[in-house]
Amino acid sequence: MDLKQMYREIVNEHNLHPSHKHDTENPSVVLRGVNPSCGDDIFLQLKIEDGIITDGSYVGSGCAISQASADMMLDLVIGQSEDEARRLADVFLRMIKGEASGEEIESLDEAAALENVSKMPARVK
Amino acid sequence: MNDFIKDFPAFDDRRYIYFDNAATTQRPRCVTEAIEEFYRSKNANPLRGLYEWSIKATDAYENAREKAAKFIGAEKACQIVFTRNATESINLVAYTYGEENIGAGDEIAVCASEHHSNILPWQRLANKKGAKLVWLEVGADGAIPESEYAKIGEKTKLVAVAQVSNVLGQPKPIKKICETAHKFGAVVMVDAAQSVPHMRVDVKELDADFLAFSGHKILGPMGIGVLYGKENLLLSMPPFLRGGEMIEYVTRESATFAELPHKFEAGTVNAADAAGLDAALDYAQSIGFDYIESQDKKLTALLMDGMSKIPHIEIYGSKNPDEHCGIVTFNVEGCHPHDVSSILDTDKICVRAGHHCAQPLMQSMGVPMGSTCRASLYFYNTEEEIYRFCEKLAKVREELGYGS
Ligand SMILES: Cc1ncc(COP(=O)(O)O)c(C=O)c1O
Repeated sequence: MDLKQMYREIVNEHNLHPSHKHDTENPSVVLRGVNPSCGDDIFLQLKIEDGIITDGSYVGSGCAISQASADMMLDLVIGQSEDEARRLADVFLRMIKGEASGEEIESLDEAAALENVSKMPARVK
Repeated sequence: MNDFIKDFPAFDDRRYIYFDNAATTQRPRCVTEAIEEFYRSKNANPLRGLYEWSIKATDAYENAREKAAKFIGAEKACQIVFTRNATESINLVAYTYGEENIGAGDEIAVCASEHHSNILPWQRLANKKGAKLVWLEVGADGAIPESEYAKIGEKTKLVAVAQVSNVLGQPKPIKKICETAHKFGAVVMVDAAQSVPHMRVDVKELDADFLAFSGHKILGPMGIGVLYGKENLLLSMPPFLRGGEMIEYVTRESATFAELPHKFEAGTVNAADAAGLDAALDYAQSIGFDYIESQDKKLTALLMDGMSKIPHIEIYGSKNPDEHCGIVTFNVEGCHPHDVSSILDTDKICVRAGHHCAQPLMQSMGVPMGSTCRASLYFYNTEEEIYRFCEKLAKVREELGYGS
């Protein structure tokens, strides 16, 4: 998939019309992710009950790819166990570093479309 | 299409539009040839050997120094210290002149639009010595308002200012800043990384105390930079790095140091890239600053005009294209600069996106997410490239999902 297509088919929708960009009430954890080199600053909020991520969201700003990543990953991890969410996050990180297998990447569902980002070293941080 | 293009192997592939010249320029063939020629016909350690190759290597290196001195109007070649780049040149001054002459309670005046290279060495020094950084603010056009000059005073020991900002492109009145600083006995560190490639710079006319630039931003190779200093200042300064080549006499307990400029050039020097810089400066001279400046103005005017016709584009800095030195920094409303640059990249257009190593400026400009896009031109860019760029830029918002 070329980059314009990636934006058009996946990234833009999640960036401009995110499903999970809002505050979560009484989150169990709030994690901040900052990339000063591009000004990304995201707060991830998760609600965890009995080891299961029952709800989650993010707020903050960043480039379309980072915003869409957050939105897609939330799609993926809500309803999963903490362990599975960690595994998915690990696969995602390895994917954008170009280190994940094809099978692993498939498990990321829609987020697999971001595989191309591995070819943009300045974006992989 | 102009015929300089053929001098640049990078432009053999005409599909690319290279608008990131403020980051580094392309190199004409004569530069890479000069480097190759150095390694082919005079590859020996310069300044050491007493045999033919080493003597030739030394000559190549010292000729480059003469060339650089003439290029910026320095009186003597020994006032030119070769470094890796402008950043190292500025650090050299901070770690030597700064360490010796700036102390608790002193002030260092730094222009708010500086590149990190001309901020961080002073920030470190100020923190270490208990000196104070005083910021000379800039207006939206990039100019320092008259009232800011009052911040230069009795306590000021050094003024750090770029002749041309790498974000706003606006040239600063260096001569006047030097005059003001000198009234109070302060010295001026001129960061000329963006000015030397675009305008005739004469250190004597400016009365600059120190001036730094990088070879790679003026057609030369990466890895060679220049520091100019007034002779009395350079003489009074301690060495920067210590080791081979920079000594006169060494015992187990102590050493005396070589004369200028070798005192500041410890270790084996980068003679091959100095030879490359020599060729680059020749090439720039053959183009001439009259042409370079007229081309900067013409192309920048065309670019700013084309961009101003595209909706949702904000251009930063002066409205006058003559005050940009080919640098046009902008944002596309609602779009992160990194996304804009990535989309343009799919059209083989190279523009920079980010904070341009000038975060304090980005903060004071209040740009969204502290970041912007920057198109920066040089004399070899063409009108046709500008039309193509504007055409592609006009489509970016749509590519990023906006109705148009
Ligand atoms: C104004 C200015 N100063 C300093 C520098 C640093 O140059 P270099 O990275 O070659 O040391 C740059 C280039 O990025 C610049 O634009």
